[in-house]
Parts: sequence; structure tokens; C-alpha cells
Amino acid sequence: MKNKIFIYCMIACMSLMIATGCSSSDPSESKSQETVEKTPVEGGNVVMMIEQDMDSLDPHIAASAGTKEVVFNIFEGLVKPDEKGELYPAVAERYEISDDGRTYTFTLRKGIKFHNGDAVTVEDITYSLDRVMGLTTGKPLQSGFEKVEKIETADDKTIIIKLKELDASLLTNLTVAILPKKNEGHFKDQPIGTGPFEFVSYAPEQNIIIKKYKDYWKKGIPHVDEVEFRIIPDREAALLSFRAGEIDIFPRLPNDRVEELGGQFTTVNGEQNMVQLMAMNNKRKPFDDIRVRKAMNYAVDVDEVINAVAFGYGAKLGSNMSPVMAKYHQEGLESVYDVNIEKAKGLLKEAGYENGFKTKIAIPSNYPFHVDTGQVIVEQLKKVGIDAQIELVEWGVWLERVYNNRDYDMTILSLTGKLDPYNILVRYQSDYSKNFMNYNNKEYDEIIKTAIKTNDDKKRVLLYKEAQKKLTEDAAAVYIMDPQFTVAMNKNISGYKMYPIYIQDMSSIYYTK
Amino acid sequence: MKLKKNLALYIGVGIVAILLFLMIISLFYTPYDANKMVIAERFQAPSIKHWLGTDNFGRDILSRIMEGSQTAFYVGTVSVLIALIGGIIIGALAGYMGGWVDEVVMRIIDALMAFPSILLALVFIAVFGVSTQNTMLAIGIRSIPTFARIARSGFIQYKEFEFVKAAKAIGAGPFRIMFIHILPNVMSSLIIAASMGFATAVLAEAGLSYLGLGVQPPHPSWGRMLNEAQGYLMKAPWYTFAPGTVITMSVLGFNLLGDGIRDMCDTRK
Repeated sequence: MKNKIFIYCMIACMSLMIATGCSSSDPSESKSQETVEKTPVEGGNVVMMIEQDMDSLDPHIAASAGTKEVVFNIFEGLVKPDEKGELYPAVAERYEISDDGRTYTFTLRKGIKFHNGDAVTVEDITYSLDRVMGLTTGKPLQSGFEKVEKIETADDKTIIIKLKELDASLLTNLTVAILPKKNEGHFKDQPIGTGPFEFVSYAPEQNIIIKKYKDYWKKGIPHVDEVEFRIIPDREAALLSFRAGEIDIFPRLPNDRVEELGGQFTTVNGEQNMVQLMAMNNKRKPFDDIRVRKAMNYAVDVDEVINAVAFGYGAKLGSNMSPVMAKYHQEGLESVYDVNIEKAKGLLKEAGYENGFKTKIAIPSNYPFHVDTGQVIVEQLKKVGIDAQIELVEWGVWLERVYNNRDYDMTILSLTGKLDPYNILVRYQSDYSKNFMNYNNKEYDEIIKTAIKTNDDKKRVLLYKEAQKKLTEDAAAVYIMDPQFTVAMNKNISGYKMYPIYIQDMSSIYYTK
Repeated sequence: MKLKKNLALYIGVGIVAILLFLMIISLFYTPYDANKMVIAERFQAPSIKHWLGTDNFGRDILSRIMEGSQTAFYVGTVSVLIALIGGIIIGALAGYMGGWVDEVVMRIIDALMAFPSILLALVFIAVFGVSTQNTMLAIGIRSIPTFARIARSGFIQYKEFEFVKAAKAIGAGPFRIMFIHILPNVMSSLIIAASMGFATAVLAEAGLSYLGLGVQPPHPSWGRMLNEAQGYLMKAPWYTFAPGTVITMSVLGFNLLGDGIRDMCDTRK
């Protein structure tokens, strides 16, 4: 008996020691410090941590953002986005768009070669585009090409794409990878592209390794010889190996963890073109009443959420557009619904919910960020008499129930950014298949449908701004924030570029001495 | 005499009494509203104002621990009751009837025991949805086999005793014999098992809540708190420390209590 007690006490003591022993980190401020300018050196190997395994190495089939951010380094399309989100010619050397906006003429870049040494031909391009658009098979691998009528080649360096009708977002979609026709059947196991890095090896659930492509068309990049993307699904484990120096770059570090790292690492942070929002099922009672939706917007204190959940690292939103999309972002919407408990109560009273109501917020359980947001919002809604219950839902169930079947009252999620505002805002078009918010406004539909057919850039920008205003006016959802993300790096690494889309560009990274 | 040497019982009773006391107080009074967020006061280390510090939303950890003890006791009590009642009925039938009933029932119990218990609870919750009621049912049902086995062995042992035979001779029905004559004799070993089972139930609830499958936020639950605290292990170690300690203490307390009762009832010493 005595032995048993002794063992119990030992266990208790040990758990005490584990809980307290790790508290030695220095809480003094050590925010992002600019590294002193050192001289850049060529070469070296970089290890970057990623959380998810690849879903496919075939860039036309890969769907997850976690895969796309990696293969961005291997493949290129006719055009390619830069860190501002603007497109520049890549596999094509230049392009022209006809005045009516329905004919795109691309000229193949001179001397561009695939990683295997073969020159890129117009056949490869037509083959790749045809494969992804499904023109001959009738089964497109990716959406966004519905308006393409045909692809023609004029000579051995000119490709012409003809459209059935205007599609202002086509160019963004032409960032799809160009693949060598010869490699057909081996896209998954032996990926070949024209990007700055070539594929070396892939070990499922372990890593994917890429190396510098010496004949890359743009001279001077990449700088490092080899990059390993190491797959570590457990963030705590990843953080530990990052601190131990086994990993050089740690993307998407939670902002509250930054100060733990201390001064021996460099950090950069910025918005990520995401939209975190609390969606309300616009078709379901009581959210079918615009007054209730407005009341929700007045009741939720977004600033408090940003402060509590993101530790202040987030840009407040008022509509479904991140300020990162500077060109299209409509300013001023974020303050339309400043907290006003009285107004919220008044609106609820008008709508017939004087004593509030009961509702549920279904939150995917694998996103602690959203769960925390939910907890703060539940408390805030109590002030206007709304009793919201959080319901944690497994990710797969959430996709099925909320995203596909629209069976929910409220949910909290992030919509990832897209390069083209059309792809962001079309989510609210009433007949769009993934409009799971059930938002329905004929005027809005009209704006979006006109915008995609508008060739004049300025007019289009205005239309997209108009669309954002509509969403705010109709209180389609409670827009929360674009959370910033922090990238932490080994002190000797420089040149990291932050993109408005979910990718990691390794070509600009270099070591300093 | 026996009691004096029974250290386990004293410690067990002590710990359980403290926790029970904490739980009863929390029904009437907590230092702060357990769900009240004061963002400006988050991550405060333990102080006079907040005895156990504050969490990532500036909620008072002591208040949350106290409210969480309600959840723990509620889940523990109900699930042990489910297991106890289920176990007694099944065990009594199998033990007293014997024969093919025993065979069939016990093989089913064996099959149930072959499943890892946490997996069984997870499947149950996956099918019937996440809620406190389902958590209790899941934990209760998966502990039925343990109680059923104990009850069965007791019934087999006692049904051959003189007093049972006497009762039968007078003409008592099988249910009267089972539940009025035999059950009180089996009860002592069942109570020991219940005490241990309570510890397991508290741990299981904490485990399920930790995985996000038990009590839903923002309602305080020890396991849920541990889950939320782990992200701030370096920054606010006291946050992990508080729920970790109460979970450890309650498991330790109920196990010692069970041990103590067993020693007390052990006539061989």
C-alpha cells in the first residue's frame, strides 16, 4: 500500500515539474527585427516546414492550398503572379488582348526549356491547356475556363485563345502549369515544369525536395541550391525543431508565439488576403431578416475579437475583401457597423425578437482560431440577449453539412484569397454552386455578371467596389478580419517575399554572411 | 483499529472532500463569472486578485476550475450510475441464472471489453453527435463490462450460500433473491469499483473534452481548459497547471478512496 501511495506522489510531482519546468522562456519583447545588411551569398540548402502532405504532384489535379504553395516553385503558366498579385509573362514572352477582349495572343518565350532539357513548344502549351480546360475530353480538370471557345496556334511560337464571351478573369486562370506532352503518364511521379526549381524526390508524409534549375529563363534566380519542404503536421513539434535549428523557415507562425522565439530569428508579417467571417444562413430563420443580420453586425465587437484572438495582428474587415487587394478593396466599410448594443437591440425588437433567440454556431473543431473567435462572439451576443451555442464539428462533417448541404445557422470560417476579385466575390452570386451563405440579391448578381464582361479596367474596379458595398448594406455576414501571418526564419536567410495568395516563393530566398 | 493504518482512505477521503466542497461552493459562488472575458487582463499570473491567474481571454481560472468541477462530478456521477445499474442487471442475470444466459451475456461483454474504451466512446459520439448527455452515455456504457463482471462473480459466489437456499425454500422469487438478498452482499466490491470508475470517468470526460468531443466551449471543462492551455504552455504555464492538477488530484483521490475502502473491508488482515 505504501508503495502505491509513493508511486502516486511521484506521478504528481513529475507532472508538476513538467508543467512548471518549461516556463524559462524570456517574455521580453523581441519583435521582428530587421537584420543588419549582410552580404548575400549564392548556394546553400533551405529546409522549410509545411503542415500538410501533398494531395497530388500533378499541378492540374492538385486541389489543396498546401500542395499549390509548394508546386508553385516547379511549374509555371503562360503568366505568373508576382508578390503584389500582378501578372507578368512567364512561359509566354508577351501577350496581347484584342480590343473586344475576346482574343488573347501569346508569344512563346525564346529559348525556354523544361527541366529535362527539352525546349517548350506550342504543342506542349496547347496540350496542357487542353488538358486542364477539358476541351477535347469535355471534363475540365479546373474551373474558370468555361468561356474559352478554342485554342489555335498561328506558327511555332504563337498561341491564340478565343473566347465565346468576355471573361475578365481569364488571365488569372492562365497561371495554370504548362507541362511537357512527352511526360504524359508521369505527371504524378516525375513532375517536370519550367519553374525556377526542379523536382528531386518526394517521400509521402516526410518531405519533398526540389533543387535549383540552372537554365531558368530569368537570370540570377534562384539563389539557393536545394529546398526541402519537410512535412510536420504537429505544430508544437515543428516549433521545437525550428528552435533547435533543424528547420530554416517556419511559415504561418501563430502571432502569439512570436515572442517565445526570442531574438535569434528573423520574422516578417503581413496580411494574407484571407477573409475571416461569421456566416449566417441567409435562408434560415431568423437570419432571413435583414434586421437580424444587421443587429448581429452591431452586436459583434470586431476590434475585441482581433485583439483577443489574433493579439491585434489582423486587419478589420467590413466586406468580403482584404485590404491586401488594394486595387479593389472598398475602404470605409469596416466602420459601417461599429458596436452599438442599443441599435442592435432596437433592430431585434423591430424584427420581433425582443427577448433574443437561441441559435447555434457550427465551428470546424480543427481550427482553434475560429473556436476562440466563437467563444468571444458568444459572450458578445449575450449582451443583446442572443443565446448562441458553439457546436464543434469535425472538418469532414463541416464540409458536408455546412459547405455542401447548407444545413447550419451560423458558422465561422476563413475564405482564402484569390488573385482575381471575381473569384472572391462570385461566392455570393445567388446561383453560384458554393454560395453556402445563401445570399440572394438580384442587383448583386447583376453587378458580378456585368463585371466579368467588362473590359475597361477602371469600370470593373468600380463594379467590384459596388459589390462589396452591397454585401455590407445587406449585412450578408459578420465580416471579421484578415489575420496576419508571421514567417519566422533563420537569421541568415533573407529575401522572403509575401504573396497575396497561398504560395511560398523560394526563388528569391538567399543566405547572407 | 484497522482504520488507523488506512492512510490511503484518509488521503482519498480528504482529496475527494476538498473537491466536493469546491464543487458545492461553485453552485452558489465563484469569485468571478466563469465566462466573463476581460481581454485587458489576460495571461495574468496567479495573484491575490486571481488566485490561479487568468487565461487567454482574461477569464478567471479559479472560477473556471470551480465550475468545471460541476461538469466533472455531473459526468462522473451519471456515467458511473449508468455503468453501475447496467452492470448490476447484466451481472445479476448472468451470475444467478448461469447456464446459457451466462454464456451469451458474458461473451457479449467480452466482445465489448475487447474494444479500446476510448475508441468505443469516440464511435458513439461520432454517431450520436457531440453533447454532454452523449458523453455521459458513452462513458457509462463503456464501463458497464467492468461492473458486470464484478457483479457476476459475486452472484455466482453467493447463490450457493445457505441464506439464499433458505430464502428459496420459503418461496422467494428470483428477483427478490437477486436484489434483496444477494445484492447487498455484493455491493461492497461494487462500491470500490464505482469509486475507481468515477476516477476513470473524470479522466475520460477530460480526454474527450480535450479532443473537442465532450463539453462544448465556452462552458468550462477541465479537459477543454487543458486543450486551450497547451498553446500557451510557455507563455502562461499556470494555465496548464491548474486543470492538470485538478484532473490528477481527482483521479488520485478517487483511486485512493477505492483502495482505502477495499482495505477497510478486507477481513483477511
